[in-house]
Amino acid sequence: MKPAAFDYVRASSAEEALEVLAKEGADARILAGGQSFMAMLNMRLARPKLLVDIMRIGSLDRIEEIEGEIVVGAAVRQAKLLGWDKLKAKLPLVALALPWTGHVQTRSRGTICGSIAHADPSAEMPLSLVALSGSVHLRSLKKRRRVRAADYITGMMNTARADEEMIEAVSFPVVAEHGYGFREIARRHGDFAIVACAAIVSSKGIRLAVGGVADRPEVRDWPGLSGSALDDALNRFAYELDARQDVHATARYRRELVRRVGRAVIEEAVQCHA
Amino acid sequence: MPRLNSSQRHRVGFSLNGHSVEGDAEPRVLLTDFLRHEIGATGTHVGCEHGVCGACTVTVDGMLTRACLTLAVQIEGCDVRTVEGLATAPDRLSILQAAFRRNHALQCGFCTAGILMSLDAFLREVPTPAEDQIRDLLSGHLCRCTGYTPIVRAALEAAAELASRQPAVQSHHV
Repeated sequence: MKPAAFDYVRASSAEEALEVLAKEGADARILAGGQSFMAMLNMRLARPKLLVDIMRIGSLDRIEEIEGEIVVGAAVRQAKLLGWDKLKAKLPLVALALPWTGHVQTRSRGTICGSIAHADPSAEMPLSLVALSGSVHLRSLKKRRRVRAADYITGMMNTARADEEMIEAVSFPVVAEHGYGFREIARRHGDFAIVACAAIVSSKGIRLAVGGVADRPEVRDWPGLSGSALDDALNRFAYELDARQDVHATARYRRELVRRVGRAVIEEAVQCHA
Repeated sequence: MPRLNSSQRHRVGFSLNGHSVEGDAEPRVLLTDFLRHEIGATGTHVGCEHGVCGACTVTVDGMLTRACLTLAVQIEGCDVRTVEGLATAPDRLSILQAAFRRNHALQCGFCTAGILMSLDAFLREVPTPAEDQIRDLLSGHLCRCTGYTPIVRAALEAAAELASRQPAVQSHHV
């Protein structure tokens, strides 16, 4: 439970961090809040030769509203976003989901972008970003590119990030007049979700995003379904997720949670929209 | 941007409970081991070493921090607070610690250092907490002895005692 040896660099600007990534490639990894990655290092599931600490780069520690999106920089800790006075008004879904992310003691250090970079299939922030059709801002020494969250997460803890790239920020679109719901089931509060559901209801219909079941967050959009038609849609979605069995839950239990928790969050979102 | 070599020990200077200290660490050394083996401050306990159990919780620049998910080299220049800093004198318990003792909020004591640090930081921010807020905070710690209820009781009692002693607006040492 101790990390293997690595060199350590504390970058003082994003450019410095990117220079190191350009030179070292896959041997180097970015260290942000460390609430997922340090555990990976301790368990030696990751063995980089070099860590690049970005937490003292002031320009990455910003929450900004730019052209209808909330842009959250790579060094913004989860506690900072949760304590942001406009969060409920601008990003109601994130305001609902963030208290489920880890614990007070990990949100104080962990970053929003770090959780998305880690891309755990049961994590709340990747799920929220996908549900809201947000995007990931990737940057290398040569160029910047934006990738839709759904394209960024390619599988379980796998992403579209190239070795020389780092996440500079993520952006959540601000959408007015929608209703939102979020719930998850875990053995203990703050544990990884067995099933996590985020619902968004608008005049156009219902969107349900589910985490913890497939190898990445999955989304379905339905026009305003209700009653047994909604139950049927949820049932189809539950089967399409290809649930797996593990020590926490059987596949059948996960499907049942998708049906029931999915229904509950949709009803929550409908009420919130009304 | 100096690169700290993996095989060498590097000087790390920081403030520990208000006192300037320094020690040497390779980049891979965790803050838990650095505090205990290099600095000699053994109050911080080492449990799961992957951020789950909460036994190693300290504060770094006021932020609650799992010392096992923090590298020693990351705390260069930071203000670190550990359980050793809670009591105002060697023979006196803090209000929170005394409430733990009265309520039997510990048995083996392994988790206690981390829980005290969480509650100490939390009660500064939320001087009159509700029980569910305390329970939410404690979800970040594992205690296998008490069943948590005596800890909740101690926390609420300490909060009430602190609130009665000082105006809520003043910052206080729990």
